[in-house]
Amino acid sequence: MSEQMIDQYRRDFFTKAGATAATGAIAPGVMLMQVGQAQARPLDQKASDKNRWGLLIDSNKCADGCSDCVKACETENAWGSGSTDEQKSDAAQKAQWIRTVTLKNKLTGSEHQLPMMCQHCEEPPCVDVCPTGASFKRADGIVLVDKHICIGCRYCMMACPYKARSFIHEDLHDQSPDVPRGKGTVESCTLCVHKIDRGDGTTACADACTHKAILFGDLNDPNSDISIEMKKHATTQIRADLDLNTGVRYRGI
Amino acid sequence: MADSVGPELKINRANGDECVLPADEMRKDHMKHLDHQRDDTMHDGIRTKKFSLKECINCHANKDESGKYVPVNAPGEFCQSCHVYTSVKLDCFECHATKPRDTAFHPIVSDKMKAFADVHDAPKTKSMLDSIAAKAGEK
Repeated sequence: MSEQMIDQYRRDFFTKAGATAATGAIAPGVMLMQVGQAQARPLDQKASDKNRWGLLIDSNKCADGCSDCVKACETENAWGSGSTDEQKSDAAQKAQWIRTVTLKNKLTGSEHQLPMMCQHCEEPPCVDVCPTGASFKRADGIVLVDKHICIGCRYCMMACPYKARSFIHEDLHDQSPDVPRGKGTVESCTLCVHKIDRGDGTTACADACTHKAILFGDLNDPNSDISIEMKKHATTQIRADLDLNTGVRYRGI
Repeated sequence: MADSVGPELKINRANGDECVLPADEMRKDHMKHLDHQRDDTMHDGIRTKKFSLKECINCHANKDESGKYVPVNAPGEFCQSCHVYTSVKLDCFECHATKPRDTAFHPIVSDKMKAFADVHDAPKTKSMLDSIAAKAGEK
């Protein structure tokens, strides 16, 4: 489907959504508006620190053996099975933006799985160690690599406590237009920044999780679903001892 | 610069004869605009379309006889022909896609999406798909 068609569809949808919203008027001049949902930012407006995007992952809901989120990420961002590239790299060298990790409690024998990716720290060690400024945190809390200035030194890969980053070892040809990736640079989960910027209000992994184990939202908005859930339940940061204030939080670990 | 100078370009005129700026300016300054936009998009999330590389590709990628897109950096194609002529290395496409692609959806989503796209306005998210599917089930 062409970009123009998608724009047309979106315009039609919002026109109709606007018409529906009008029926939600509870009194003259008072509108029943949906709050706490991600809104599309105008294309010419900067990402703002009013938002802090994050994920809440419920490992109790995450089903053993399921890897829908990984597959969705591969398809959306064109790595792994979503790409025909990286044929020469071995398994340890290939890109891995998100992976499933199985935790086992040796005492009780209980095992459960959770998805692991860039935790989008407020104090990211990868940014601290980057010698060129390629590794950076956007105003809305998303940690990214500017591949235009990445020199491929891989300090960030060493610094990341979550082993979230990958280095590209070979020429690529099969990238998605929304997700540039290339040889000699480091990459990791972008929190589907291209989807956030176009106002999809979700990530590929959260969208694909049929068990509703991944919740995407704005940690700065007290009325967002993610903030409400985090207020209701105890949540954990992985390696909280490092005091990184991660944007990805977990339940049930 | 006269049009007679330089290689003959394969220009896709399906979207009109006008680029985002007059051709003379684009010939001279396209890299400056792309460079500026690159930093704005990468660091601030500004995604205006005027100087977006993705939009350049959407317009300037040509199709072969079988209707498949040809990479813009293939010999004789729009970007490559001038860059070969002027002996300037083209770095963009070590990372950036060289041809347009349909918006990538997870297969679970895209199958359902294709089925519904013909009869409904194309749904954008899985939750929208699910709600449409639920309504279809009720009938």
